[in-house]
Amino acid sequence: MTSLFNEFDLWGPLDPAADAGYGKDKPKRKGFFTDTSICIGCKACEVACKEWNDVPADHFDMTATSYDNSHSLNSNQWRHVAFIEQPRRPAVDLGMPTTRPDDDLLGGLLAEGETGDGAPSDGVPDFRWLMSSDVCKHCTHAACLDVCPTGSLFRSEFGTVVVQDDICNGCGYCVPACPYGVIERRRGPEGSKNVGIAQKCTLCYDRLGAGQQPACSQACPTQSIQFGDVEELRERAERRVARLHEAGVMDARLYGNDPHDGVGGTGAFFLLLDEPEVYGFPPDPVVTTRDLPQMFRRASAAAVTLLAGAAVAFVGRRG
Amino acid sequence: MSDTLAQTQGRPPRGSRRGGGGRRRRGGERSMVPEAEFTSYYGRPIVKPSPWEADIPAYLFAGGLAAGSSLLAAGADLTGRPGLRRVGRVGALGALSFSMAALVHDLGRPSRFVNMLRVAKLTSPMSVGTWILSAYGPFAGAAAAAELVALLPADKRRGPLRLLELTGRPAGLVAAVFAPPVASYTAVLLSDTATPSWHEAYRELPFVFVGSAAAAASGLALIGAPTSETGPARRLAVGGALMELAMERRMEQSMGVTAEPLHAGRAGRLMRAARGLTLAGAAGAALSGRSRVLSALSGAALMAGSACIRFGVFEAGQASARDPKYTVVSQRQRMKREGPARHRPEDPEA
Repeated sequence: MTSLFNEFDLWGPLDPAADAGYGKDKPKRKGFFTDTSICIGCKACEVACKEWNDVPADHFDMTATSYDNSHSLNSNQWRHVAFIEQPRRPAVDLGMPTTRPDDDLLGGLLAEGETGDGAPSDGVPDFRWLMSSDVCKHCTHAACLDVCPTGSLFRSEFGTVVVQDDICNGCGYCVPACPYGVIERRRGPEGSKNVGIAQKCTLCYDRLGAGQQPACSQACPTQSIQFGDVEELRERAERRVARLHEAGVMDARLYGNDPHDGVGGTGAFFLLLDEPEVYGFPPDPVVTTRDLPQMFRRASAAAVTLLAGAAVAFVGRRG
Repeated sequence: MSDTLAQTQGRPPRGSRRGGGGRRRRGGERSMVPEAEFTSYYGRPIVKPSPWEADIPAYLFAGGLAAGSSLLAAGADLTGRPGLRRVGRVGALGALSFSMAALVHDLGRPSRFVNMLRVAKLTSPMSVGTWILSAYGPFAGAAAAAELVALLPADKRRGPLRLLELTGRPAGLVAAVFAPPVASYTAVLLSDTATPSWHEAYRELPFVFVGSAAAAASGLALIGAPTSETGPARRLAVGGALMELAMERRMEQSMGVTAEPLHAGRAGRLMRAARGLTLAGAAGAALSGRSRVLSALSGAALMAGSACIRFGVFEAGQASARDPKYTVVSQRQRMKREGPARHRPEDPEA
């Protein structure tokens, strides 16, 4: 099975556009670097995406768990800004004397001298907001694309993953295949286009073709969403993390930028300030095709077992 | 676990919702692994459950039934058991038609099935399965047609009908060659996803599914074929049922935390029903001898057991996708065991 594929076809570092057969004159791989440390949660990216791509609005409600009113990435939400409300905590508690009041003391101050607007008297709030604009990751090894039985999902010349509405037959296989839970079959609202068809971020394929940047990154007022050549973005991200570490933000980390990770690196990657699962990301996603050769061998062995078993059942006395 | 997981994260979960808890098995049984604490975004799912409904497990069951029936029919044809052959061939066509109807219902429009034939993709079990079915279907259909022609009075079987009757054996044998992949590819169909309880089952699920296919087809034969010819079906029923039960047990042991959904809620009830029905059916098949009524009852139990295991595995996967615990905890545990997934050139799988 493995020999039917080239090295790294199923996982590992790879130039996805070259692997898909684009020649040397293809453009460089494009992607997003989403720096969540400067996201202000304005949701301009969500709106710009909906406007440009004609993505229907199908609900306007709250979940009663947070101020996030768009819930998740899904077929009608190609950008999603997560709002995470976190109680403050000591940076790293080494049990050493500090020059700053620690959180317990801060808690005490809070109880005594609360100002009424939720901020303790020293002006430092007792919680923090994490905000992060999530999007399709445009994986190097895209499980959605690999499992699509119709060829509706394709790799663009920019190394991104795009769905063709007129070819998708709505089988829904890409939905459980995505390790990030991005792609989804559109259920409604009634009368909107492409109902029953898999939908997700196209990285504004139409805009890229015209030399433009995607709507979300153009609309982002803080440059939290940065668009560009993936290679260059990765360097920029490394520099940003180093700067944050220097500034003492030791929780800053990159997510999805490593071409040796479980999905071969993602075209859209993130700078996070906490563990990935806090933002609703899988902690260590692996493309399902990594295990495909083994699955194929197991299924073949099972098939042979069935054939042999049926043959054996007919051996022996009549009756 | 709760402590160790918190340690790997460097600190206990905070801010966003804590997971875990409330998932203990009923009846005081100890769950497979201790309850885990984990962090998630307000408890929302990370991976998406498949949009599939009852059509798909029904399709899995009918596909297995068709495949097993074609194998029994071919064996019966070669060993001179016309009654068993008829049930096998006609049953295979019936089950195949049912599975196709379920698939088209899932897609919404018959014309959408045609899009499946645009490409052949080895990385897509659904594409591979479509092509396997496209190879298997016509032969299974021709064998069943030959069987039906044989029911006509002799003076009506002339010309093309006679030709059709003659193609019965070769068509049935070709169908039997394609049948085993029909029965086993459906396991890869589920495993080749990010749905935790389906993916983690990839090692044993094909064996569970072919065992289940053998049991279901033998069950149909026990119901429909004359008892004087059902010897092979009884043996296949016992073998298939034992394989299904043994491999299902092994599967649960190798799945880690993602085996939990197989015990909880609707999936748990279906899996328990599958075990009971399959065991009862296998025992009945082994012991019922020539009793027509007992044979039919065991056959029905075997078929119902096979259906239950398909629906049970399906439901467990859906449940595992809806709860972020199975994505986060299983990946955290793997990272703790093996380190983060990194592609290294010296990897044997590379």
